[in-house]
Amino acid sequence: MATAKSAKKSNTSKEELLEHYREMLLIRRFEEKAGQLYGMGLIGGFCHLYIGQEAVVVGLEAAAEEGDKRVTSYRDHGHMLACGMDPKGVMAELTGREGGYSKGKGGSMHMFSTEKHFYGGHGIVGAQVPIGAGLAFADKYLGNDRVTFTYFGDGAANQGQVAETYNMAELWDLPVIFVIENNQYAMGTSMKRATKSPSLWERGAAYGIEGEEVDGMDVLAVKAAGEKAIAHCRAGKGPYILEMKTYRYRGHSMSDPAKYRTREEVQKMRDEKDPIEHVRDLLIQGKHASEDDLKAVDKEIKQIVNDAADFARESPEPALDELWTDIYA
Amino acid sequence: MPHMTMIEAIRDAHDIAMDRDERVVVFGEDVGFFGGVFRCTAGLQKKYGATRCFDTPISELGIVGTAIGMAANDMRPVVEVQFADYMYPAYDQLVSEAARLRYRSAGEFTCPIVVRMPTGGGIFGAQTHSQSPEALFTHVAGLKTVVPSTPADAKGLLLAAIEDPDPVIFLEPKRIYNGPFDGHHDRPLVGWKKHELGEVPEGHTPVPLGKAALRAEGDDLTIVTYGTMVHVALGVVAGAGLSADVIDLRTLVPLDIDAVVASVKRTGRCLVLHEATLTSGFGAELAAQVQEACFYHLEAPVKRVAGWDTPYPHAGEWDYFPGPERLLRNIEALLEA
Repeated sequence: MATAKSAKKSNTSKEELLEHYREMLLIRRFEEKAGQLYGMGLIGGFCHLYIGQEAVVVGLEAAAEEGDKRVTSYRDHGHMLACGMDPKGVMAELTGREGGYSKGKGGSMHMFSTEKHFYGGHGIVGAQVPIGAGLAFADKYLGNDRVTFTYFGDGAANQGQVAETYNMAELWDLPVIFVIENNQYAMGTSMKRATKSPSLWERGAAYGIEGEEVDGMDVLAVKAAGEKAIAHCRAGKGPYILEMKTYRYRGHSMSDPAKYRTREEVQKMRDEKDPIEHVRDLLIQGKHASEDDLKAVDKEIKQIVNDAADFARESPEPALDELWTDIYA
Repeated sequence: MPHMTMIEAIRDAHDIAMDRDERVVVFGEDVGFFGGVFRCTAGLQKKYGATRCFDTPISELGIVGTAIGMAANDMRPVVEVQFADYMYPAYDQLVSEAARLRYRSAGEFTCPIVVRMPTGGGIFGAQTHSQSPEALFTHVAGLKTVVPSTPADAKGLLLAAIEDPDPVIFLEPKRIYNGPFDGHHDRPLVGWKKHELGEVPEGHTPVPLGKAALRAEGDDLTIVTYGTMVHVALGVVAGAGLSADVIDLRTLVPLDIDAVVASVKRTGRCLVLHEATLTSGFGAELAAQVQEACFYHLEAPVKRVAGWDTPYPHAGEWDYFPGPERLLRNIEALLEA
């Protein structure tokens, strides 16, 4: 198993650790707030929370450079926050308001940002994977020295379109990083009940694609693996697969009876592998930050999230006329 | 003006579009080295290199999905799905992604792709090489659907489709690639090179999407059709000495309903003709719109003539196909109604 492990004593700078802490906490608090707003009926329909998986996007975004692209599935709030999209615009899209990134027309699963090179937000399992390859194709064709992070889950890994895309991406040496966020459950089906493959990244070998498994609960390991994958792509060596072993604490969506795993299993992950606690420990034990310092960060994040929630409540619903725009040019 | 086959006209449109815009790339199964199974892309790889015209694995979903990503990232991909019958694996990408990228990003990202597909029957292809799936696309808001019936339109509409900011499904009636098939399968086909409709203007000559063409003019009825069936209709009208407007829609979405309504209000009788199966076919949409707009001008109910509601058969192809006999019988019934 090629698990990349971060050193017990991190060489990562204080500033970097604090940034990771801050980014991951923002996602967690944002998602907790989204869950609350859902409970209050302010968010309706589908809402897939990213809680537990924060280290994956934060680590990879720390490795990414300006102009690199990202495209993902419907569990997308974390990706948007990590690439710098405005929490207000994201939350207002969840509530279906005019101030949302897609003016309320897309919803939780369908948001975009040209400015941050975020290509969605796709509600069909696996559908973003060939699109990610296409984004990378265009960068290669147009001579942009950029990579595309194409995120999908362990469930999507069993989609035929992923196999088609692997083949084409390697055939054409596309600068695409396939990030499998293996949170071990495809909706309610554990990976063991969906495939006999012992690992998902190893499937790349059938197409000639290199890859590795990464501890997706360790932001430093994620970042290191991301840097390696980016270097591989930028060197013109074609695609790379990162299988992030991660875990979602909440249900698949908001209507998940959670009968497919035990409470103990979830609690054990929270206690032993929580990505935010991990960085918190590094900060405190390395004497990079005091409890008071971190409390100040907590307070700042809370304010940002509350502001986003207020904005998402106060922004008006889009006019019905708006719903008839952006169908054709 | 030179004469061309529809295949040559399509090739010419690709050539001109690729020459004008480096972001245009052409790919699909057997499209590059081989030049396409119907030869529509022959010579392009040699002229523009394998970076701009290339082969893909047999992966329709992957081809269309990749094209969508390329289009969202500032390219102009033109892809070929070898037969329209092969598009079903890619249908999710066309419906869930291509058609809706603009809407769900509130205009931030768009999907200017063209997906070319040979469509329709008449070549003994049976059920997996003969279908006319246009209604599956016209039902999807966000897609445009084009069906040319002449070489000049194939060229001009393809140029317009490639330059269009939205995803365009470009259905090429393969039965008329080489000549205007009039439904008389037992007679020799007159090639485009010897036919007046085979003339193709030179250079960059786009034909705007959303404009129908009046192929024949008359007073007694309006025949609304597209693709191969335009020539079947023209043959019947000329052969029986009828006085009819024959409207070639050219694009189904956007639909030039004004041209249809103006004609039907004048003739008072409307027959809708297509090769695709009858039930929920595009003819149903046409009939509905015509009766909504022309109800008080109609002398008789709108008549639909279409393919049978069966899988496209191998034996009995010409019974399935709404050929000259069935068309004439229905026209006569409509005129007597």
